[in-house]
Amino acid sequence: MAKISIKRLNLYYDNFHALKDISLDVESSEILAVIGPSNSGKSSLLRAMNRLYEIDLGRITGDIRLDNETIFKLPINVLRRRIGIIFATPVVLPGSIRKNISYGPRLHRKLSKSDVDELVERALKSANLWDEVKERLAESASFLSGGQQQRLCIARTLAMRPEVIMMDEPCSGLDPISTAKIEATMLELKEEYTFILVTNNTKQAARVSDRTAFFYLGELIEIGSTQRLFTSPVDRRTDDYIRGKFG
Amino acid sequence: MKDKIAEKLLLFVALSAIMSLALITFFIFQQGIPLIFKAGLGNFLSLKWAPTRGGFGILSMVIGSLMVTVGALAVGIPFGLAAAIFLAEFSSKTIQKTLKPIIELLAGIPSVVYGFIGIVILVPFIRVTFGGPGFSVLAASIILGIMILPTIVSISYDALLAVPNTYREGSYAVGATKWQTIVLLLLPAARSGIVAGIILGMGRAIGETMAVIMIAGNALKIPGSIFDSVRTLTSTIALELGYAAGDHRGALFACGSILFLIIIVLNIVAIRITSRK
Repeated sequence: MAKISIKRLNLYYDNFHALKDISLDVESSEILAVIGPSNSGKSSLLRAMNRLYEIDLGRITGDIRLDNETIFKLPINVLRRRIGIIFATPVVLPGSIRKNISYGPRLHRKLSKSDVDELVERALKSANLWDEVKERLAESASFLSGGQQQRLCIARTLAMRPEVIMMDEPCSGLDPISTAKIEATMLELKEEYTFILVTNNTKQAARVSDRTAFFYLGELIEIGSTQRLFTSPVDRRTDDYIRGKFG
Repeated sequence: MKDKIAEKLLLFVALSAIMSLALITFFIFQQGIPLIFKAGLGNFLSLKWAPTRGGFGILSMVIGSLMVTVGALAVGIPFGLAAAIFLAEFSSKTIQKTLKPIIELLAGIPSVVYGFIGIVILVPFIRVTFGGPGFSVLAASIILGIMILPTIVSISYDALLAVPNTYREGSYAVGATKWQTIVLLLLPAARSGIVAGIILGMGRAIGETMAVIMIAGNALKIPGSIFDSVRTLTSTIALELGYAAGDHRGALFACGSILFLIIIVLNIVAIRITSRK
């Protein structure tokens, strides 16, 4: 059974039709890459899945199911704990590194100091950041480099123990070394988590994902194994996009 | 050539503004400080205020000013913060654009009007409900609390709006509710602006004169409860300066010096807090 199952999903912002009749499944423990030019609805798809679109006053028709249960009946905090998101620009919260990581879990349950210590260490280790920051957990997180900040955001998401991690162009502002570290982290973690990776970088999709979905102007044009989609795309628009003819 | 003249002219205007501030400062202290030395610090900080018979104690008025200010903050902070949070986080752009100017308009109402409303509505209400004279710490606190609302609301609102939206999204993304986001993230992030707003409001409350004279009762003693009447430093100056002469006049300027110092310190603290990042 699919981890996430999207059925005939439409998303509107005022008069803008951001997602058009999308149906797709995301399997457990896979990395699904979502590619497409800007305005194709990639980010809207992520914002639909954890209901962040509600902040932007979007309207939705259709259904999204997580473990065969509709997300629209889940309490919002439970949904967002189970489906974490990493934004394109690292969102570092004010305060120390330690506080950044404990912020999420603390919302949901009481934590002793030793609980927090353990949680922070485990999350930072999983995000491959521990060795770089273990000496300065109490320092402000805003002094970290861009790549470190993004890995801190991954650690913060991991600390929530999510089931699905959505990444919205997580490496768009990062140098190749930081990008490589984040890709390595994803590959290490994919046994335990399901990843949905929105990326502008088709090479990145080809490097890390199991399957790839191509979106164009709010429509799902094509989805399939990454290998197949990149070597023999069915739709001409997919072919044009991965050859770099537009976008 | 024209540039040079314009530059000199602007410099002159700017300097004259600074000069008048310097002259006022000098004048107040020059008139007030000698009396403090003449009367002695013990006398000056005592309870006995009888400036025509050598009693220059300002203690009850300092305490009166402090009580009224604390009371104003007790009214102004919760209402002001709540209004700022509502405007910044819960209301649409249209509501913000309508309500914020209205709140700021509160600052433009002359204080004598506030005092008048206090006398006509608030004072009788307190007299009937709680007993006592009605002219009281409570009445002054409520009216001053309303008077400092625009300061607290607009500065706190700006501080909340200045918190980057990414913080909100980051917080929602880990499952925080709107309320948790506000309390745990936005208020701490906007703290310096909010504190500065409160301090500036506090300065306004300490310095306010007319409304306080009209509704505080002005009895010269330390109030036993919030329903007792109270007299502040500013009221004393305004009430007595018209007929004061000699040492009496000096004593009023000494009161002014003390007020001046309090306000300067508050403003410095506010500037320090807002410029710290």
